[in-house]
Amino acid sequence: MNEEQIRKTIVDVLGQIAPEADFDELSPDDNIQKTLDIDSFDFLNFIIGLNDKLGVDIPESDYGQLATPAKIISYISAHVE
Amino acid sequence: MAEFRMPSLGADMEEGILVEWKVKTGDHVKRGDIIAEVETQKGIIEIEVFEDGVVEQILVQPGEKVPVGTALAIIRAEGEEERPETAEAKKTTPSTEEKKAAPEKPKPQPAIKREKRIRISPLARRFAAELAIDLSKVDGTGPDGAINRADVERAAAQAKKPEKHVPEQPPEKKERAAGFHEGIRKAIAAAMARSNREIPHYYLETRIDMSRALKGLEAENRKRSVKERILPAVLLIKAVALALGDVPALNGYWIDGVHRPQEAIHIGFAISLRQGGLVTPAIHHADLKSLDELMEALRDLIIRTRAGRLRSSEMTDSTITITNLGDIGVETVYGVIYPPQVALTGFGRITEQPWVENGMIGIRPVLTATLAGDHRATDGHTGARFLDAINKHLQDWEKL
Repeated sequence: MNEEQIRKTIVDVLGQIAPEADFDELSPDDNIQKTLDIDSFDFLNFIIGLNDKLGVDIPESDYGQLATPAKIISYISAHVE
Repeated sequence: MAEFRMPSLGADMEEGILVEWKVKTGDHVKRGDIIAEVETQKGIIEIEVFEDGVVEQILVQPGEKVPVGTALAIIRAEGEEERPETAEAKKTTPSTEEKKAAPEKPKPQPAIKREKRIRISPLARRFAAELAIDLSKVDGTGPDGAINRADVERAAAQAKKPEKHVPEQPPEKKERAAGFHEGIRKAIAAAMARSNREIPHYYLETRIDMSRALKGLEAENRKRSVKERILPAVLLIKAVALALGDVPALNGYWIDGVHRPQEAIHIGFAISLRQGGLVTPAIHHADLKSLDELMEALRDLIIRTRAGRLRSSEMTDSTITITNLGDIGVETVYGVIYPPQVALTGFGRITEQPWVENGMIGIRPVLTATLAGDHRATDGHTGARFLDAINKHLQDWEKL
């Protein structure tokens, strides 16, 4: 799976949770929770969505590595088969 | 024979629009069945019926806007004889009982015809309101045809083109599209103004060491798949529910000068709507639910709150409110009680702080819990016992 596909999946999942979210307008180093006003439930749903679509099982202790778009893409790239 | 009336879904509601009947004349209904949908300032609410029976007559048609207390339908109890009167007789000669119960039984005002439900992102809704765009004319290009910001902007650009001969939309229609946010604001304004006017609040605050509870929850979540994980907020809800069992005076209402503690513990959980405003629907019998059940209940409630699909009992049953603002980073919440409730518990962010115990300084994850209490109903002593009970239950988190 290449970076573009991962990016698209992330956008899809985020779109379900926060329909107004525009991932392309987020700069790579924006904190997604703060920028998109995503609470801890939304964030958990985001993790669940990634798990559904990509099969990555993200442990709770790694949530801190998923704060920004850049970090999310690099984390997923490293963990997806 | 009973009248099914437009319910009051909160201290601030004056009228509602009947959106849809889920039953028709002759249908059998059971207590708790959802039989109608009503649009209020807080979105579309599913209305439950309070008794078993048969729908004998429907008095208000979809699209009509009527004040709280207006009879919407007649429900005949099972086994009761059918009424001989016709629908017309019923409408023109209300019984004395009816007159008493609904003194200002008003004529239903014709309301705007209900449009198809529009899927739209909150951001787009705000834009549309600012730009005065009629959403029924906008084509959505988002998931399932949802309208996004770009669609609104495109519609706004088109609207600028000269089209002067086209008649103006009736103003109500525009207001409907833009009015949701405004409606919520009004509802909150009414309830909170009343609270500050009538309720003499007292505030208490305590710091809670969350290290045991968080460590335990982390270990538990490690064993679980992503979908089964539990959020710390759920521990807080359960701890509050159990603490109310220990200190029942804070669970209930102040109505007409009388303190009325309630036995059932229905926790109103403040859920923010991303476009602004909040709703505090009830998690019923929170003390009797396991952590898994609470997590599921909360998930379901958040989804339905944001989609505007709550049930009438969820809007009216809360016996206390929890406001959890930890996600945004505040440390301490000083709440405003939602009348007629008598207490509100607030939680801030769990942060690492210096903590002194047994003469040793350590670093612990610390949560600040607050209580806003109605001093007419309870005193600080009661409130202090309540906060202490929350702390006790969080230290003993395995039993939650």
